Amino acid sequence: MIERARDIVTFDNVGLRYGTDREVLSDVSFTLHPGSFYFLTGASGAGKTSLLKLLYLAQRPSRGVIRLFGTDTVTLPRKRLPAFRRRLGVVFQDFRLVPHLSAYDNVALPLRVSGVREGDIAKPVNDMLEWVGLSHRREARPATLSGGERQRVAIARAVIGRPDMLLADEPTGNVDPEMALKLLRLFEALNRLGTTVVVATHDVHLLRKVSGSMIMRLDKGRLSDPTGALRYPPRRENAG
Amino acid sequence: MSVEKPPVVKGSTAKGIARFGGNRAAALVPQARLAGPMPWVMAIMIALTVIAAAGGMALTNLTRGAQGELSGAVTVQILAAQPQEKARQADMAEKALAELPQVTGLRIVPQSELDELLEPWLGKSSTGDLAVPIPALIDVQLRGSASEGQLAELRAALTSVAPDARVDAQSGWLQPVFGAIEALQWLALALVAMLATISAAAVWLAARSALGSNRDTIEIVHLLGGTDAQIARIFQRSIGFDAAAGGAVGLAIGMVALSVLGSRFAALGSGLMANGGLRPLDWLVIAAIPFVGVAIAMLTARLTALAALRRML
Ligand SMILES: Nc1ncnc2c1ncn2[C@@H]1O[C@H](COP(=O)(O)OP(=O)(O)O)[C@@H](O)[C@H]1O
Ligand SMILES: [Mg+2]
Repeated sequence: MIERARDIVTFDNVGLRYGTDREVLSDVSFTLHPGSFYFLTGASGAGKTSLLKLLYLAQRPSRGVIRLFGTDTVTLPRKRLPAFRRRLGVVFQDFRLVPHLSAYDNVALPLRVSGVREGDIAKPVNDMLEWVGLSHRREARPATLSGGERQRVAIARAVIGRPDMLLADEPTGNVDPEMALKLLRLFEALNRLGTTVVVATHDVHLLRKVSGSMIMRLDKGRLSDPTGALRYPPRRENAG
Repeated sequence: MSVEKPPVVKGSTAKGIARFGGNRAAALVPQARLAGPMPWVMAIMIALTVIAAAGGMALTNLTRGAQGELSGAVTVQILAAQPQEKARQADMAEKALAELPQVTGLRIVPQSELDELLEPWLGKSSTGDLAVPIPALIDVQLRGSASEGQLAELRAALTSVAPDARVDAQSGWLQPVFGAIEALQWLALALVAMLATISAAAVWLAARSALGSNRDTIEIVHLLGGTDAQIARIFQRSIGFDAAAGGAVGLAIGMVALSVLGSRFAALGSGLMANGGLRPLDWLVIAAIPFVGVAIAMLTARLTALAALRRML
């Protein structure tokens, strides 16, 4: 039980089907540990986005148990879910920026939603925009930003609230390899501050770019564990 | 782009106390304000409601005033054909009635007044010697209203002294008029109810289309941990703003219509119409109509938004 409490995420025999179709995720069981860096890989259509949706509480599983921060979120009443979502940072595959808000207001949105006073918002948002190198694009609407810039706004918005866990769905899918590497460094920097990171990607070249990262591989909705890290994770040398 | 150390946002994950509202939150719904049909629908609805409600209340005042005056009024007719007998019975009846405690006012209508009343129908000469026999009239005012019991008491008091007397309550004559006015009052009430329903339906459609065109934004705020109440409040506010603008315009239109109607009816100068004005309390009710409209609009917007949100996890 003590071991369990330290797990940030536990999946136990989780299955997911959309409507009456076949299961897109079957018998998925794993645990994620605080402060670790995970890659979620698999071919296109393997179920990576579906698994992340279960994690960021956009979807309930058809069967199985999911515990998030030690709480069973499958049976949790709907009205208690927002508090859990606020502890997550999500980089959506399609960014999902609010089109009529500036880069600044998009990044500020999670703080405003969680009730941070207006006076306390400007500094962190400006710092965050600077961190992702977009200070000069502060007032730009998403439509006028390049793909890579939008991606960085989405990342800034995902991490501005200092989430306990960052979930990124194909965050390097729209950028050149050089930018992809820069974005990975951002995630690593965040991970060093204690945030658990899960990056879904079909790009196997990324996997070896983060030392100490662990790999979860999905194949037609079934999870395999090539690094053997998911059930009995080896201690990472640089993990706290 | 410096990747070395991400900025530390102190305590920002802690639950804040500031409410997510105001212009910052409203900016999430980009709909240009006052651009849609909403304010105009609202203006027309409020104007019609104001006119219907004012009409209903004016009719209520009119019947209440008229009934109050007429309810205690009784007419005693002495139907004797023989003029001396008629005058004698009228005198006796007056004396007998004056002794009754429930009678507060008593007056024999003078012959000259009767002549005046009847002249249009019977001509000038009619009241002369030959002519149609005209009854003597006594106006009686009772304390309280002229119930059947009261009338029976009057009749009993008169049978011996004035056997040719006929006792009628004046309100009886006007009963069909009151009936018709009452029907109009119900019509006004039904109109107000229907207008409120249509307004709510219009707001529901407006709220739904606003939700539909902002579905992505709602989903984003939802996934960032926004609560249903927070998101509903944004729509509630935006639609409340439109409804308030429409309500103000509608009230102005309604007031103009009322003042035109009011001056036309005042020009009639009829005694009955004098009772039909609006009292201060009625004006308060009319002033409250736009507020009720805005409240209905905001409640509808809220319920619509909450219903749409409940379909998301
Ligand atoms: N909303 C949905 N409704 C029905 N089927 C879906 C839905 N989303 C994904 N799927 C199906 O689930 C499978 C896994 O999809 P997804 O999780 O997006 O995979 P990946 O992200 O690995 O490409 C695919 O076969 C896809 O067609
Ligand atoms: Mg995907």
